[in-house]
Amino acid sequence: MAEQAAASGPLPIVPFLKIPSEGSPYLEGQRCRACGAVFLGERATCSKCGGRGTLEPAPLSGRGTLYVYSIVHRSFPGVEVPYVSCVVDLEGGGTVKGNLIGIDADPAKIAMGMPVETVFKVAPRKDAEGNEYLTYYFQPRS
Amino acid sequence: MSDVYILGVEMIKFGRFPEKTVPQLGAQAALMALDDAGLTIGDMEALYCGNLYQASAMVGQRILHEIGQTGIPVVNCANACATGATAFREAWMAIKAGAYDLTLAVGVEQMGKGLIGGGGARGKGIPTEGLLGSGTMPTVFAEAGMEHARKYGTTFEQFAKVSVKNHHHSTMNPKAMYQIETPLEMVMNAEMISYPNTKLMCSVNVDGSAAAVLCSEKKARELGMKRAVRVKASALTSDPFTDRDLVMPDVNTCTRRAAAKAYEMAGVSAKDVDLVELHDCFATAEILHYENLGLCGEGEAGRAIDEGWTAIGGKIPVNVSGGLLSKGHPLGATGIANIYEVSTHLRGEAGKRQVPGARIGLTHVIGLGSACAIHVLEKVA
Ligand SMILES: [Zn+2]
Repeated sequence: MAEQAAASGPLPIVPFLKIPSEGSPYLEGQRCRACGAVFLGERATCSKCGGRGTLEPAPLSGRGTLYVYSIVHRSFPGVEVPYVSCVVDLEGGGTVKGNLIGIDADPAKIAMGMPVETVFKVAPRKDAEGNEYLTYYFQPRS
Repeated sequence: MSDVYILGVEMIKFGRFPEKTVPQLGAQAALMALDDAGLTIGDMEALYCGNLYQASAMVGQRILHEIGQTGIPVVNCANACATGATAFREAWMAIKAGAYDLTLAVGVEQMGKGLIGGGGARGKGIPTEGLLGSGTMPTVFAEAGMEHARKYGTTFEQFAKVSVKNHHHSTMNPKAMYQIETPLEMVMNAEMISYPNTKLMCSVNVDGSAAAVLCSEKKARELGMKRAVRVKASALTSDPFTDRDLVMPDVNTCTRRAAAKAYEMAGVSAKDVDLVELHDCFATAEILHYENLGLCGEGEAGRAIDEGWTAIGGKIPVNVSGGLLSKGHPLGATGIANIYEVSTHLRGEAGKRQVPGARIGLTHVIGLGSACAIHVLEKVA
Protein backbone atom coordinates (compact mmCIF):
# COMPACT_ATOMS: atom_id res chain seq x y z
CA MET A 1 0.00 0.00 0.00
CA ALA A 2 1.68 3.14 -1.20
CA GLU A 3 -1.17 5.47 -0.48
CA GLN A 4 -0.30 8.40 1.70
CA ALA A 5 2.16 11.09 0.74
CA ALA A 6 5.15 11.81 2.94
CA ALA A 7 4.14 13.66 6.10
CA SER A 8 5.37 16.90 4.58
CA GLY A 9 3.45 16.59 1.30
CA PRO A 10 -0.04 17.92 0.57
CA LEU A 11 -3.07 15.95 1.78
CA PRO A 12 -5.76 14.79 -0.68
CA ILE A 13 -8.73 17.19 -0.90
CA VAL A 14 -11.12 14.23 -1.03
CA PRO A 15 -10.51 10.62 0.03
CA PHE A 16 -10.87 9.34 -3.56
CA LEU A 17 -7.86 11.40 -4.71
CA LYS A 18 -4.92 9.04 -4.23
CA ILE A 19 -1.34 10.21 -3.83
CA PRO A 20 1.05 7.27 -4.28
CA SER A 21 4.55 7.68 -2.87
CA GLU A 22 5.87 6.97 -6.36
CA GLY A 23 4.13 7.90 -9.57
CA SER A 24 1.37 10.39 -10.30
CA PRO A 25 -1.77 11.19 -8.30
CA TYR A 26 -5.01 9.76 -9.63
CA LEU A 27 -8.71 9.50 -8.83
CA GLU A 28 -9.94 6.17 -7.55
CA GLY A 29 -13.43 4.80 -8.08
CA GLN A 30 -15.15 1.85 -6.45
CA ARG A 31 -16.56 -0.45 -9.12
CA CYS A 32 -19.30 -2.99 -8.45
CA ARG A 33 -18.34 -6.45 -9.70
CA ALA A 34 -21.99 -7.39 -10.03
CA CYS A 35 -23.48 -4.47 -11.96
CA GLY A 36 -20.56 -2.29 -13.04
CA ALA A 37 -21.69 0.87 -11.22
CA VAL A 38 -18.83 3.21 -10.32
CA PHE A 39 -18.82 5.15 -7.04
CA LEU A 40 -16.46 7.72 -5.57
CA GLY A 41 -15.11 6.90 -2.13
CA GLU A 42 -15.15 3.66 -0.19
CA ARG A 43 -18.46 2.02 0.64
CA ALA A 44 -19.74 -1.37 1.77
CA THR A 45 -22.81 -1.85 -0.43
CA CYS A 46 -23.73 -1.02 -3.99
CA SER A 47 -26.73 1.33 -4.13
CA LYS A 48 -27.49 0.39 -7.72
CA CYS A 49 -27.92 -3.37 -7.31
CA GLY A 50 -27.78 -3.81 -3.52
CA GLY A 51 -24.69 -6.03 -3.83
CA ARG A 52 -22.76 -6.54 -0.59
CA GLY A 53 -19.01 -6.76 -0.65
CA THR A 54 -19.08 -6.42 -4.43
CA LEU A 55 -17.15 -3.15 -4.62
CA GLU A 56 -13.49 -3.00 -5.42
CA PRO A 57 -11.13 -0.09 -5.99
CA ALA A 58 -10.56 0.85 -9.62
CA PRO A 59 -8.36 3.70 -10.80
CA LEU A 60 -10.33 6.19 -12.89
CA SER A 61 -9.13 7.49 -16.22
CA GLY A 62 -7.59 10.94 -16.38
CA ARG A 63 -9.36 11.52 -19.69
CA GLY A 64 -13.00 12.22 -20.34
CA THR A 65 -15.56 14.48 -21.96
CA LEU A 66 -17.42 17.49 -20.63
CA TYR A 67 -21.00 16.47 -19.88
CA VAL A 68 -22.46 19.77 -18.61
CA TYR A 69 -21.25 22.97 -16.95
CA SER A 70 -22.36 26.19 -15.34
CA ILE A 71 -20.48 29.47 -14.99
CA VAL A 72 -20.62 30.47 -11.33
CA HIS A 73 -20.73 34.22 -10.73
CA ARG A 74 -22.00 34.24 -7.14
CA SER A 75 -20.62 31.97 -4.47
CA PHE A 76 -19.70 32.07 -0.81
CA PRO A 77 -17.35 34.69 0.67
CA GLY A 78 -13.72 33.92 -0.16
CA VAL A 79 -14.53 31.91 -3.29
CA GLU A 80 -13.07 33.58 -6.36
CA VAL A 81 -15.61 34.09 -9.18
CA PRO A 82 -16.36 33.63 -11.99
CA TYR A 83 -15.35 30.04 -12.47
CA VAL A 84 -16.65 27.10 -14.46
CA SER A 85 -18.27 24.25 -12.52
CA CYS A 86 -18.44 21.11 -14.61
CA VAL A 87 -19.50 17.48 -14.71
CA VAL A 88 -17.17 15.14 -16.60
CA ASP A 89 -17.78 11.60 -17.85
CA LEU A 90 -14.48 9.70 -17.60
CA GLU A 91 -13.36 7.16 -20.18
CA GLY A 92 -14.14 3.67 -18.95
CA GLY A 93 -16.73 4.83 -16.40
CA GLY A 94 -17.21 7.21 -13.52
CA THR A 95 -18.61 10.75 -13.48
CA VAL A 96 -16.82 13.45 -11.50
CA LYS A 97 -17.58 17.07 -10.69
CA GLY A 98 -14.93 19.76 -10.63
CA ASN A 99 -13.71 23.13 -11.89
CA LEU A 100 -12.92 23.50 -15.56
CA ILE A 101 -9.78 25.61 -16.05
CA GLY A 102 -7.69 26.73 -19.00
CA ILE A 103 -10.72 28.08 -20.85
CA ASP A 104 -12.59 31.41 -20.83
CA ALA A 105 -15.64 31.45 -18.55
CA ASP A 106 -17.80 32.18 -21.57
CA PRO A 107 -20.63 29.98 -22.89
CA ALA A 108 -19.53 30.79 -26.45
CA LYS A 109 -16.16 29.13 -25.77
CA ILE A 110 -17.28 26.02 -23.88
CA ALA A 111 -18.69 23.09 -25.80
CA MET A 112 -20.52 20.27 -24.07
CA GLY A 113 -18.96 17.02 -25.23
CA MET A 114 -15.47 18.53 -25.59
CA PRO A 115 -12.51 16.34 -24.56
CA VAL A 116 -10.99 17.19 -21.16
CA GLU A 117 -8.35 15.75 -18.85
CA THR A 118 -7.61 15.89 -15.13
CA VAL A 119 -4.73 17.94 -13.76
CA PHE A 120 -3.55 17.94 -10.15
CA LYS A 121 -2.40 21.08 -8.33
CA VAL A 122 -1.92 22.28 -4.77
CA ALA A 123 -5.14 24.04 -3.72
CA PRO A 124 -4.99 27.77 -3.03
CA ARG A 125 -6.44 27.18 0.49
CA LYS A 126 -4.98 25.66 3.65
CA ASP A 127 -6.77 24.26 6.68
CA ALA A 128 -6.66 25.78 10.16
CA GLU A 129 -3.46 23.87 10.93
CA GLY A 130 -1.73 25.19 7.82
CA ASN A 131 -1.82 21.89 5.92
CA GLU A 132 -1.69 22.03 2.14
CA TYR A 133 -4.09 20.03 -0.04
CA LEU A 134 -3.73 18.52 -3.46
CA THR A 135 -6.82 19.03 -5.61
CA TYR A 136 -7.86 18.09 -9.14
CA TYR A 137 -9.12 20.25 -11.99
CA PHE A 138 -10.28 19.57 -15.52
CA GLN A 139 -8.79 21.29 -18.57
CA PRO A 140 -9.41 21.00 -22.31
CA ARG A 141 -7.30 18.42 -24.11
CA SER A 142 -6.64 18.29 -27.82
CA MET B 1 -61.88 2.51 -1.40
CA SER B 2 -63.45 5.86 -0.57
CA ASP B 3 -61.87 9.17 -1.54
CA VAL B 4 -60.27 11.83 0.63
CA TYR B 5 -61.34 15.46 0.32
CA ILE B 6 -59.86 18.85 1.08
CA LEU B 7 -62.48 20.79 3.05
CA GLY B 8 -60.41 23.86 3.88
CA VAL B 9 -57.13 25.16 2.51
CA GLU B 10 -55.33 28.46 2.96
CA MET B 11 -51.96 30.21 2.90
CA ILE B 12 -50.68 33.45 4.33
CA LYS B 13 -49.30 36.10 1.98
CA PHE B 14 -45.65 35.14 1.60
CA GLY B 15 -43.12 37.72 2.80
CA ARG B 16 -40.51 38.35 5.47
CA PHE B 17 -41.70 38.10 9.05
CA PRO B 18 -38.64 38.11 11.31
CA GLU B 19 -40.75 39.30 14.24
CA LYS B 20 -42.82 36.10 14.21
CA THR B 21 -41.82 32.63 15.42
CA VAL B 22 -42.16 29.56 13.20
CA PRO B 23 -45.08 28.17 15.28
CA GLN B 24 -46.82 31.56 15.11
CA LEU B 25 -46.55 31.56 11.31
CA GLY B 26 -47.82 27.99 11.16
CA ALA B 27 -50.69 28.81 13.53
CA GLN B 28 -51.87 31.61 11.23
CA ALA B 29 -52.31 29.31 8.24
CA ALA B 30 -53.80 26.56 10.42
CA LEU B 31 -56.53 28.87 11.73
CA MET B 32 -57.22 30.22 8.23
CA ALA B 33 -57.65 26.68 6.88
CA LEU B 34 -59.92 25.70 9.78
CA ASP B 35 -62.05 28.81 9.17
CA ASP B 36 -62.18 27.99 5.48
CA ALA B 37 -63.51 24.54 6.38
CA GLY B 38 -65.92 25.94 8.97
CA LEU B 39 -64.32 23.74 11.64
CA THR B 40 -62.21 24.20 14.78
CA ILE B 41 -59.03 22.66 16.10
CA GLY B 42 -61.30 20.64 18.42
CA ASP B 43 -62.62 18.80 15.36
CA MET B 44 -59.16 17.70 14.17
CA GLU B 45 -58.08 14.15 15.02
CA ALA B 46 -54.41 14.43 14.04
CA LEU B 47 -51.90 17.06 12.89
CA TYR B 48 -49.14 16.55 10.32
CA CYS B 49 -46.65 19.39 10.32
CA GLY B 50 -43.99 20.09 7.70
CA ASN B 51 -40.98 22.23 8.57
CA LEU B 52 -37.38 21.84 7.52
CA TYR B 53 -35.07 24.22 9.36
CA GLN B 54 -36.47 23.41 12.82
CA ALA B 55 -37.04 19.74 12.08
CA SER B 56 -35.98 18.69 15.59
CA ALA B 57 -37.96 21.40 17.42
CA MET B 58 -41.49 19.93 17.64
CA VAL B 59 -43.02 22.66 15.48
CA GLY B 60 -46.35 20.80 15.15
CA GLN B 61 -46.85 20.60 18.90
CA ARG B 62 -45.84 24.24 19.27
CA ILE B 63 -48.49 25.19 16.71
CA LEU B 64 -51.04 23.46 18.96
CA HIS B 65 -49.62 25.44 21.89
CA GLU B 66 -50.67 28.52 19.90
CA ILE B 67 -54.13 27.41 18.75
CA GLY B 68 -55.36 24.66 21.08
CA GLN B 69 -53.67 21.86 22.99
CA THR B 70 -56.24 19.18 22.30
CA GLY B 71 -53.85 16.30 22.87
CA ILE B 72 -54.18 14.85 19.37
CA PRO B 73 -51.33 12.92 17.76
CA VAL B 74 -48.79 15.13 16.00
CA VAL B 75 -46.26 14.02 13.41
CA ASN B 76 -43.45 16.35 12.36
CA CYS B 77 -42.16 15.82 8.81
CA ALA B 78 -38.97 16.94 7.06
CA ASN B 79 -38.30 16.03 3.42
CA ALA B 80 -36.31 18.91 1.91
CA CYS B 81 -38.44 20.96 -0.49
CA ALA B 82 -41.05 18.18 -0.52
CA THR B 83 -41.65 18.70 3.22
CA GLY B 84 -45.07 20.36 3.02
CA ALA B 85 -46.34 17.92 0.40
CA THR B 86 -45.11 15.03 2.55
CA ALA B 87 -47.04 16.32 5.58
CA PHE B 88 -50.15 16.65 3.37
CA ARG B 89 -49.65 13.13 2.06
CA GLU B 90 -49.33 11.70 5.58
CA ALA B 91 -52.56 13.46 6.54
CA TRP B 92 -54.18 12.01 3.40
CA MET B 93 -52.88 8.52 4.07
CA ALA B 94 -54.15 8.43 7.64
CA ILE B 95 -57.67 9.07 6.36
CA LYS B 96 -57.26 6.70 3.45
CA ALA B 97 -56.25 4.02 5.97
CA GLY B 98 -59.45 4.65 7.90
CA ALA B 99 -57.71 5.83 11.06
CA TYR B 100 -59.36 9.27 11.13
CA ASP B 101 -62.10 11.32 9.49
CA LEU B 102 -60.52 14.76 9.88
CA THR B 103 -56.84 15.68 9.81
CA LEU B 104 -54.89 18.91 9.56
CA ALA B 105 -51.71 19.42 7.52
CA VAL B 106 -49.56 22.51 8.05
CA GLY B 107 -46.40 23.55 6.23
CA VAL B 108 -44.31 26.43 7.52
CA GLU B 109 -40.86 27.93 7.02
CA GLN B 110 -38.86 30.95 8.04
CA MET B 111 -35.96 31.51 5.65
CA GLY B 112 -32.76 33.48 5.79
CA LYS B 113 -31.51 35.30 2.71
CA GLY B 114 -28.75 34.06 0.47
CA LEU B 115 -27.42 30.94 -1.19
CA ILE B 116 -28.36 27.43 -0.14
CA GLY B 117 -26.08 24.45 -0.63
CA GLY B 118 -22.36 24.27 -1.30
CA GLY B 119 -19.67 22.08 0.17
CA GLY B 120 -18.27 23.21 3.52
CA ALA B 121 -15.29 21.88 5.43
CA ARG B 122 -16.15 18.85 7.55
CA GLY B 123 -13.66 18.34 10.32
CA LYS B 124 -10.18 18.38 8.93
CA GLY B 125 -9.96 19.57 5.37
CA ILE B 126 -10.78 22.65 3.33
CA PRO B 127 -14.05 23.85 1.83
CA THR B 128 -14.42 22.40 -1.66
CA GLU B 129 -16.85 25.00 -3.02
CA GLY B 130 -15.18 26.67 -6.00
CA LEU B 131 -12.41 24.05 -6.18
CA LEU B 132 -14.38 20.92 -7.02
CA GLY B 133 -17.10 22.77 -8.89
CA SER B 134 -20.10 24.26 -7.14
CA GLY B 135 -22.79 22.71 -4.99
CA THR B 136 -24.92 25.84 -4.66
CA MET B 137 -28.55 25.30 -5.64
CA PRO B 138 -28.44 27.82 -8.52
CA THR B 139 -25.49 25.88 -9.98
CA VAL B 140 -26.99 22.43 -9.42
CA PHE B 141 -30.12 23.49 -11.29
CA ALA B 142 -28.13 25.38 -13.91
CA GLU B 143 -26.26 22.17 -14.68
CA ALA B 144 -29.55 20.24 -14.79
CA GLY B 145 -30.81 22.81 -17.30
CA MET B 146 -27.63 22.54 -19.36
CA GLU B 147 -28.30 18.82 -19.71
CA HIS B 148 -31.55 19.79 -21.47
CA ALA B 149 -29.65 22.37 -23.54
CA ARG B 150 -27.15 19.69 -24.51
CA LYS B 151 -29.88 17.31 -25.65
CA TYR B 152 -32.27 19.73 -27.31
CA GLY B 153 -30.47 23.03 -27.85
CA THR B 154 -32.55 24.88 -25.26
CA THR B 155 -31.32 28.49 -25.00
CA PHE B 156 -30.62 30.96 -22.21
CA GLU B 157 -33.47 33.04 -23.62
CA GLN B 158 -35.95 30.16 -23.38
CA PHE B 159 -35.00 29.51 -19.77
CA ALA B 160 -35.38 33.24 -19.05
CA LYS B 161 -38.87 33.27 -20.56
CA VAL B 162 -40.04 30.99 -17.72
CA SER B 163 -39.25 33.79 -15.29
CA VAL B 164 -40.98 36.41 -17.43
CA LYS B 165 -44.11 34.25 -17.46
CA ASN B 166 -44.18 33.40 -13.75
CA HIS B 167 -43.51 36.98 -12.65
CA HIS B 168 -46.33 38.08 -14.95
CA HIS B 169 -48.67 35.53 -13.36
CA SER B 170 -47.85 36.78 -9.87
CA THR B 171 -49.09 40.28 -10.74
CA MET B 172 -52.55 38.69 -10.42
CA ASN B 173 -51.82 36.95 -7.09
CA PRO B 174 -52.12 39.17 -4.02
CA LYS B 175 -50.52 36.44 -1.88
CA ALA B 176 -47.31 36.36 -3.91
CA MET B 177 -44.15 37.93 -2.51
CA TYR B 178 -43.73 40.02 -5.68
CA GLN B 179 -46.28 41.51 -8.06
CA ILE B 180 -44.01 42.99 -10.69
CA GLU B 181 -43.57 42.46 -14.41
CA THR B 182 -40.05 41.43 -15.42
CA PRO B 183 -39.58 41.80 -19.20
CA LEU B 184 -37.19 39.44 -20.97
CA GLU B 185 -34.30 41.94 -21.16
CA MET B 186 -34.65 42.59 -17.44
CA VAL B 187 -34.48 38.88 -16.61
CA MET B 188 -31.54 38.23 -18.95
CA ASN B 189 -29.62 41.30 -17.82
CA ALA B 190 -30.15 40.72 -14.10
CA GLU B 191 -27.09 39.71 -12.09
CA MET B 192 -25.79 36.36 -13.34
CA ILE B 193 -25.72 33.90 -10.45
CA SER B 194 -24.91 30.57 -12.14
CA TYR B 195 -25.18 30.60 -15.93
CA PRO B 196 -27.81 30.28 -17.27
CA ASN B 197 -29.68 31.29 -14.08
CA THR B 198 -29.73 35.03 -13.37
CA LYS B 199 -30.96 36.43 -10.07
CA LEU B 200 -34.51 36.79 -11.45
CA MET B 201 -34.42 33.11 -12.45
CA CYS B 202 -33.87 31.95 -8.85
CA SER B 203 -36.75 31.37 -6.45
CA VAL B 204 -37.27 33.92 -3.71
CA ASN B 205 -36.38 33.01 -0.13
CA VAL B 206 -39.41 34.08 1.91
CA ASP B 207 -41.22 33.18 5.10
CA GLY B 208 -44.58 31.55 4.72
CA SER B 209 -47.12 29.00 5.81
CA ALA B 210 -50.02 27.07 4.32
CA ALA B 211 -52.47 24.54 5.73
CA ALA B 212 -55.18 22.12 4.66
CA VAL B 213 -58.04 20.33 6.40
CA LEU B 214 -58.51 16.82 5.00
CA CYS B 215 -61.63 14.77 5.39
CA SER B 216 -63.03 11.30 4.75
CA GLU B 217 -65.82 10.80 2.21
CA LYS B 218 -68.28 9.87 4.92
CA LYS B 219 -67.55 13.00 6.91
CA ALA B 220 -67.54 15.18 3.79
CA ARG B 221 -71.06 14.04 2.95
CA GLU B 222 -72.12 14.94 6.46
CA LEU B 223 -70.46 18.38 6.42
CA GLY B 224 -71.27 19.34 2.84
CA MET B 225 -69.20 19.00 -0.30
CA LYS B 226 -69.94 22.34 -1.96
CA ARG B 227 -66.39 23.69 -1.86
CA ALA B 228 -64.67 20.36 -1.32
CA VAL B 229 -61.80 19.27 -3.56
CA ARG B 230 -61.20 15.58 -4.21
CA VAL B 231 -57.66 14.23 -3.81
CA LYS B 232 -57.48 11.92 -6.81
CA ALA B 233 -53.89 10.81 -6.30
CA SER B 234 -50.91 11.19 -4.03
CA ALA B 235 -47.51 9.88 -5.09
CA LEU B 236 -44.12 10.10 -3.41
CA THR B 237 -40.82 8.80 -4.74
CA SER B 238 -37.18 8.85 -3.73
CA ASP B 239 -34.28 8.94 -6.15
CA PRO B 240 -33.49 5.63 -7.83
CA PHE B 241 -29.85 5.04 -8.80
CA THR B 242 -28.96 6.79 -12.02
CA ASP B 243 -25.52 7.01 -13.57
CA ARG B 244 -24.49 10.56 -12.74
CA ASP B 245 -26.47 11.18 -9.58
CA LEU B 246 -23.43 10.99 -7.31
CA VAL B 247 -22.34 14.37 -8.61
CA MET B 248 -25.46 15.63 -10.36
CA PRO B 249 -28.78 15.20 -8.55
CA ASP B 250 -31.28 13.68 -10.97
CA VAL B 251 -34.57 15.56 -10.60
CA ASN B 252 -36.00 13.97 -13.72
CA THR B 253 -36.26 10.28 -12.92
CA CYS B 254 -38.01 10.61 -9.57
CA THR B 255 -40.44 13.14 -11.08
CA ARG B 256 -41.23 10.84 -14.00
CA ARG B 257 -41.86 7.91 -11.67
CA ALA B 258 -44.07 9.97 -9.37
CA ALA B 259 -46.01 11.32 -12.36
CA ALA B 260 -46.60 7.84 -13.77
CA LYS B 261 -47.91 6.65 -10.38
CA ALA B 262 -50.07 9.70 -9.87
CA TYR B 263 -51.67 9.57 -13.31
CA GLU B 264 -52.37 5.88 -12.88
CA MET B 265 -53.90 6.32 -9.44
CA ALA B 266 -56.03 9.24 -10.63
CA GLY B 267 -57.05 7.44 -13.81
CA VAL B 268 -56.18 10.50 -15.88
CA SER B 269 -53.45 11.48 -18.31
CA ALA B 270 -51.51 14.71 -18.67
CA LYS B 271 -54.00 15.76 -21.37
CA ASP B 272 -56.80 15.83 -18.80
CA VAL B 273 -54.99 18.29 -16.52
CA ASP B 274 -56.23 21.89 -16.63
CA LEU B 275 -53.47 23.55 -14.59
CA VAL B 276 -50.19 22.64 -12.93
CA GLU B 277 -48.22 24.10 -10.04
CA LEU B 278 -44.73 22.63 -10.42
CA HIS B 279 -41.41 23.06 -8.68
CA ASP B 280 -39.82 26.05 -10.43
CA CYS B 281 -37.11 26.51 -7.80
CA PHE B 282 -35.06 27.84 -10.73
CA ALA B 283 -36.22 28.80 -14.21
CA THR B 284 -34.16 25.96 -15.68
CA ALA B 285 -36.07 23.41 -13.58
CA GLU B 286 -39.49 24.37 -14.94
CA ILE B 287 -38.41 23.52 -18.50
CA LEU B 288 -37.34 20.01 -17.43
CA HIS B 289 -40.61 19.31 -15.68
CA TYR B 290 -42.79 20.10 -18.70
CA GLU B 291 -41.43 16.91 -20.20
CA ASN B 292 -41.10 15.02 -16.92
CA LEU B 293 -44.82 15.55 -16.23
CA GLY B 294 -45.81 14.80 -19.81
CA LEU B 295 -47.18 18.31 -20.42
CA CYS B 296 -45.42 18.28 -23.79
CA GLY B 297 -43.46 15.76 -25.83
CA GLU B 298 -39.76 14.97 -25.30
CA GLY B 299 -37.65 17.89 -26.46
CA GLU B 300 -40.68 20.15 -26.87
CA ALA B 301 -40.28 22.22 -23.70
CA GLY B 302 -38.44 25.04 -25.45
CA ARG B 303 -41.22 25.32 -27.97
CA ALA B 304 -43.82 25.15 -25.16
CA ILE B 305 -42.39 28.24 -23.47
CA ASP B 306 -41.81 30.08 -26.80
CA GLU B 307 -45.39 29.53 -27.92
CA GLY B 308 -47.04 30.29 -24.58
CA TRP B 309 -48.51 26.82 -23.99
CA THR B 310 -47.83 27.14 -20.27
CA ALA B 311 -48.85 30.77 -19.79
CA ILE B 312 -52.26 31.69 -18.43
CA GLY B 313 -54.63 31.36 -21.38
CA GLY B 314 -52.37 28.73 -22.94
CA LYS B 315 -53.28 25.07 -23.40
CA ILE B 316 -51.75 23.96 -20.08
CA PRO B 317 -51.14 26.89 -17.70
CA VAL B 318 -48.22 26.29 -15.34
CA ASN B 319 -47.55 28.20 -12.13
CA VAL B 320 -50.34 30.75 -12.48
CA SER B 321 -49.66 31.60 -8.81
CA GLY B 322 -46.31 33.08 -9.86
CA GLY B 323 -44.55 29.92 -8.81
CA LEU B 324 -41.59 29.68 -6.50
CA LEU B 325 -39.85 32.23 -8.71
CA SER B 326 -42.20 35.06 -7.81
CA LYS B 327 -44.71 33.89 -5.19
CA GLY B 328 -41.72 32.73 -3.14
CA HIS B 329 -40.36 29.46 -1.79
CA PRO B 330 -40.63 28.91 1.98
CA LEU B 331 -39.39 25.32 1.78
CA GLY B 332 -41.72 23.56 4.24
CA ALA B 333 -44.79 25.56 3.17
CA THR B 334 -44.35 25.30 -0.59
CA GLY B 335 -45.97 21.87 -1.05
CA ILE B 336 -49.20 22.92 0.64
CA ALA B 337 -49.20 26.40 -0.91
CA ASN B 338 -49.33 24.84 -4.36
CA ILE B 339 -52.21 22.62 -3.23
CA TYR B 340 -53.93 25.82 -2.07
CA GLU B 341 -53.40 27.38 -5.48
CA VAL B 342 -54.80 24.47 -7.48
CA SER B 343 -57.73 24.03 -5.07
CA THR B 344 -58.60 27.71 -5.39
CA HIS B 345 -58.89 27.33 -9.17
CA LEU B 346 -60.96 24.15 -8.88
CA ARG B 347 -63.30 26.05 -6.56
CA GLY B 348 -63.49 28.85 -9.13
CA GLU B 349 -62.25 31.38 -6.58
CA ALA B 350 -58.93 32.47 -8.12
CA GLY B 351 -60.08 35.91 -9.25
CA LYS B 352 -58.12 37.57 -12.05
CA ARG B 353 -55.84 34.59 -12.57
CA GLN B 354 -58.65 32.00 -12.62
CA VAL B 355 -58.08 29.23 -15.16
CA PRO B 356 -61.59 29.05 -16.67
CA GLY B 357 -63.48 25.81 -16.15
CA ALA B 358 -60.61 24.09 -14.29
CA ARG B 359 -61.66 20.58 -13.23
CA ILE B 360 -58.37 18.74 -12.69
CA GLY B 361 -55.09 20.15 -11.41
CA LEU B 362 -51.68 18.76 -10.52
CA THR B 363 -49.13 19.84 -7.93
CA HIS B 364 -45.47 18.84 -7.95
CA VAL B 365 -42.55 19.47 -5.62
CA ILE B 366 -39.09 18.05 -5.48
CA GLY B 367 -36.63 18.11 -2.61
CA LEU B 368 -33.00 17.35 -3.34
CA GLY B 369 -31.68 14.33 -1.66
CA SER B 370 -34.21 13.42 -3.17
CA ALA B 371 -37.98 13.33 -2.72
CA CYS B 372 -40.67 14.03 -5.30
CA ALA B 373 -44.34 14.44 -4.37
CA ILE B 374 -47.21 14.80 -6.81
CA HIS B 375 -50.89 15.30 -6.05
CA VAL B 376 -53.77 15.26 -8.51
CA LEU B 377 -56.83 17.21 -7.38
CA GLU B 378 -60.34 17.29 -8.83
CA LYS B 379 -63.28 19.64 -8.62
CA VAL B 380 -66.29 18.03 -6.89
CA ALA B 381 -69.35 20.21 -7.35
ZN1 LIG C 1 -23.90 -3.16 -8.09
